[in-house]
Amino acid sequence: MLIHEQSRPGRRATAQAPLETADHGDLPQALRRKQRAALPEVSELQAVRHYTRLSQQNFSIDTHFYPLGSCTMKYNPRACNSLASLPGFLARHPAAPESHSQGIMACLHELQDMLKSVTGMHAVSLAPAAGAQGELAGVMMIRAYHDARGDHERREMLVPDAAHGTNPASAIMAGFKVREVPTGSNGDVDIAALRDAVGPQTAGIMLTNPSTVGVFDRSIQAIAKSVHEAGGLLYYDGANLNAILGKVRPGDMGFDVIHMNLHKTFSTPHGGGGPGAGPVGVSKRLEPYLPIPLVTQGDDERYHWLDEDDRPESIGRMTAFGGNMGILLRAYIYARMLGAEGMRRVSEFATLNANYLQARLRDAGFQLAYPERRASHEFIITLKKEAKAFDVNTMDFAKRLLDYGYHAPTTYFPLLVPECLLIEPTETEPKEALDGFVESMNKIRAEAENDPETVKQAPHSLPLRRLDDVRAARQLDVAWKPAEGTA
Amino acid sequence: MSSIPTELKYTESHEWVKDNGDGTVTVGITDHAQEALGDLVFVELPEIGKQLAVKDACAVVESVKAASDIYSPLAGEVTAANEALDGAPETINDDAYGDGWIFQLKLSEPSQLDNLMDAGGYEQLLADED
Repeated sequence: MLIHEQSRPGRRATAQAPLETADHGDLPQALRRKQRAALPEVSELQAVRHYTRLSQQNFSIDTHFYPLGSCTMKYNPRACNSLASLPGFLARHPAAPESHSQGIMACLHELQDMLKSVTGMHAVSLAPAAGAQGELAGVMMIRAYHDARGDHERREMLVPDAAHGTNPASAIMAGFKVREVPTGSNGDVDIAALRDAVGPQTAGIMLTNPSTVGVFDRSIQAIAKSVHEAGGLLYYDGANLNAILGKVRPGDMGFDVIHMNLHKTFSTPHGGGGPGAGPVGVSKRLEPYLPIPLVTQGDDERYHWLDEDDRPESIGRMTAFGGNMGILLRAYIYARMLGAEGMRRVSEFATLNANYLQARLRDAGFQLAYPERRASHEFIITLKKEAKAFDVNTMDFAKRLLDYGYHAPTTYFPLLVPECLLIEPTETEPKEALDGFVESMNKIRAEAENDPETVKQAPHSLPLRRLDDVRAARQLDVAWKPAEGTA
Repeated sequence: MSSIPTELKYTESHEWVKDNGDGTVTVGITDHAQEALGDLVFVELPEIGKQLAVKDACAVVESVKAASDIYSPLAGEVTAANEALDGAPETINDDAYGDGWIFQLKLSEPSQLDNLMDAGGYEQLLADED
C-alpha cells in the first residue's frame, strides 16, 4: 500500500521541533503554489512502518550478495559509520570558523595526503560530491589548463567506446567535442586507431584502467606517450580503482587527472544514489585549477581552508562548503583502518575473488567475453549462446537471480558485448557466497532449457513481479494522483 | 534471422540507406539493430537543414537497455526527419525499413553511395559479428 493511500485528512505525527512559519514575502506570486502539495497525512507509527517496509523490500549489501559490476558494492564497515557519527563531527556547523574545526580539518588533510600517496598524484581536492562531478571537475581542469596556455584549439576529448556513459557526458558539459576510440578484440584500446585520432585538436583522453570490460589495458604506457606527444592530457576515471589499490598508481601510469569514487573504493555507503564523494587528484601542472576549498597546514601547524583568494585560477566550487563531509570522514576512517598494507590486500582479494568466480563460471560452461584475459576486479560473461538456444535473454537471467536471493550483476553494459553480465564480487565476499552464485547460475540455465517460462516471467518471489519498464520509459509519470472516483 | 532487403545499402554501424533516385536518400536502422536494442522508448531526430559529414553522430535511439548514436552514412543536408517517431518510437521495432525511417538527406557527394555495403556485404558483416 502506498503511503498516500493511508493518508487521512488531519492525521499528524507528533511534531519533533517547534513549528516555524517562514516569511515568503519576497517570492513572486507567479512562482507560488495555487494548491497545497498533496503530501500524505499519517501518524508517526504509519510513517515508521512505511519506511521499515521499504527497507525490507530492498536489496542491500547488508542482506544480499550484490555483484553489480562497475559499482564495487562492498561491505561498509560499521566502525566507519560509528566514528563518523561522533557528536563532535555531527554537531559541527559547516560555517564554523577554522579555530573550531581543527579536528575535522586534520582528518580531511590526512585524507588528502593518503589519496595522493595511493594514487601517485601531486595534489588532491575533496570537494566534488560524486563520481560524475569529479569527472566534470577533471575535464574542466583540462580545459582551464589549455585555455591558460592560449591553446584554444584543443577542443576534442577522446573517449574509448567501452567508457562509462558519464565520460562523454562530462566532456560535453565542459564544452568539448567527443571522439570515440574503438576497443580491440583483446579488450585493450585499439592503439593504431588512437594514433590516427590524436592531433593538435586533442585536449585529452578519458580512460578507465582496468577498463569497463574488466581487463587491465596493457598498452597504457603507449597510450600515455601518444596522447602526451600530441599535447593532450590523460584523465583517469577511478571507477575501477579497487582493482589496483596499493599496487599500481595512476600517477605512475602517466595520468594527469584522476577522480576517485570514495563510495566504491573507500567503502562509503552508496545510499539511494548518494550522497557520494568524488575527490580529484592532479599532476603538478594542473594544481592551480583544483576545485576549492582545499585544506592546508600552515607553518603554525594549524589547518586552513584555501579558497578563491589563495587559488585564483581554480575552476571554482563544486558544492556548498567542503563537500560531503560525512562521506569523506567514513572514507578517512576506512583508509586509516586499512593502512597501506590493508589497501594492497583490498585489490589482491578483489582480483582473487573475481578470477575465482570467472574460472568457476567458465568451467560451468558460461562464455567469457574475453576468455584469454585474466579478470581484474570484475569480468564479463555473455549469454548470447543461451539467448539463442533457449530464447531466454540476459534480463531474464538477471530477474531470476533476484528469486535466488542475489542482486543481479550489471546487465547490457558495456554496450559492445552482446547479452552481457558484468560481474564484480568485491573482496568482502567469502568463497561460499561465490560458490552459491555459480550454483544458482547453473540452476537458472537448466531452468532456461527445461522450463523457460519460469525464467522469462521471473521474479516470482518478490513483492512485485516483472515491471513493464518499456511502458514506464515511454509514458513516464511518477506523480501520485488519487485513483479515479476516490478523490 | 533478421531481414535485409536487397534494394537497400548498409553501413557497419547498422544504418540502412535508400537511394530515392533524386539526389536524396532515406536513412533508418536495420532490423538487426532494432532487435539488438530491444523495445525503443525514445528517438532524438536530427534538425532539418543541418549539414552532416560522413559518420557524424546525428540522431539517438534509446531503448530500455541502451542509448545509441545514429551516424550519418553520407555527407549532405538533412531535408526531413520522421516526426511521427516522437510519440511512437516503437514504429522502428515494428517496421524498421518502412514507417520506421528516421531522416532524409540531400547528398552533397552522391558518388559516396558506392562506398556503402550492399545486402550481401551486410549479411556477411552480421555473420562475422556472430
